[in-house]
Amino acid sequence: MVTPGKKVKTFTIDGKDVSGTEDQTVIEVCRENNIEIPTLCHLDGLTEVGACRLCLVEIKGSNKLLPACVTKVAEGMEVLTASDRLKNYRIKILELFFSERNHICSVCVSNGICELQNLGQKLGMTHVHYPYLFPKVNVDASHERFVLDHNRCILCTRCVRVCDEIEGAHTWDIMGRGIESMVITDLNKPWGDSDSCTSCGKCIAVCPTGALVEKYKNAVDKTSKYKKDKLKFLPYLTTMREVKNEQS
Amino acid sequence: MSKVSEDIINNKADDNTTSAKVKAATVWLDGCSGCHMSFLDMDERIIELLQKVDLCYSPLVDHKDFPDMVDLTLVEGAVSSHEDLEKIKKVREHTKILVSLGDCAVTANVPSMRNPFGVKAIMNHAYVETAVTKDIIPNEVVPELFEYSRPVHNFVKVDLFLQGCPPPADAIYFLLTELLEGRMPDLTKVSRLGK
Repeated sequence: MVTPGKKVKTFTIDGKDVSGTEDQTVIEVCRENNIEIPTLCHLDGLTEVGACRLCLVEIKGSNKLLPACVTKVAEGMEVLTASDRLKNYRIKILELFFSERNHICSVCVSNGICELQNLGQKLGMTHVHYPYLFPKVNVDASHERFVLDHNRCILCTRCVRVCDEIEGAHTWDIMGRGIESMVITDLNKPWGDSDSCTSCGKCIAVCPTGALVEKYKNAVDKTSKYKKDKLKFLPYLTTMREVKNEQS
Repeated sequence: MSKVSEDIINNKADDNTTSAKVKAATVWLDGCSGCHMSFLDMDERIIELLQKVDLCYSPLVDHKDFPDMVDLTLVEGAVSSHEDLEKIKKVREHTKILVSLGDCAVTANVPSMRNPFGVKAIMNHAYVETAVTKDIIPNEVVPELFEYSRPVHNFVKVDLFLQGCPPPADAIYFLLTELLEGRMPDLTKVSRLGK
């Protein structure tokens, strides 16, 4: 989408000539041109954090791999999105996700619609080379309608961002550093005791795995109000917000 | 074509005088036998496969000892005890192509759900806290558990991984027919974790 008043940049992605405005990121231009880039933390309508590293791309002239979701387009840049080097790294990143917490697909309520599981298949992850850590982490079922299972959390922070940026409640946050990071509600209170949570369910809808789910419901259940069809759900909410802001 | 699949074909060619069949085995470690059930779910296709395959050792057949050398072994289940480890080491030594069959073999899956809690807590829960008859933790007959249940490839080299809980019968059939044709199949297309 070309933003009026912004300069247009032309460049190539995988040898294909493309263009975008200077405020766009590489991932946006890829999406507009039907070039698929895997990601678990990016979600249209939320700010970018570059947390999952799955959208790493190669840019000619740079030794570093750069995350497409936070890299702005530039004139004449040559982007590679699907080199063997990238494919190899992406599978390794997925394997690290799987080894870090206790992801047991066969007993998970999100089995079949989980973005992590689906990427595992799509990118061809045959098995996890790294040793599993089997951490002992908790399940918070104190909320009346929702459950947080840290075993399945990949720290993408979509819940943190949707709660802050769309719902405006900022119930979610991250505690700790590195591998010990955890998502928390309020100041690490049980979710059920949270004063700020409005029980809107947006975090449930955006969670890519089974870490945040509705109680007593399988995530593929058609009667579930918070079905994980986030790709439709969030752009709608952001558009409504923008329309409202323009009117007021 | 990889070295291992060539072995299968060559083996078939060399052994024409004795047996033209590919020797296969299946093993059951720490799993629920669901993968073997899925194997049986191939239904009449098993008869077709048995024209080309000799199932030498398996929970489904009667042989007591693992044969000298087989071309192909499918292993179900995670490695959770010394017994499992000894079994899988022996199998590896006597197998050309070892396939992890199903999520327990590939990821440790359900058996690994005990891992965060520790063996002591688990044994206590199973044999003391919830026991209705006698509260004794067994130290014979039941093999002693490792601290962690781990996937097969953590202990021995695995050549192919078929994910799924259990892998669909069609996926197992695809795996076997591709190997019989001398191809190394891409199994991520036919199954996935948790399927």
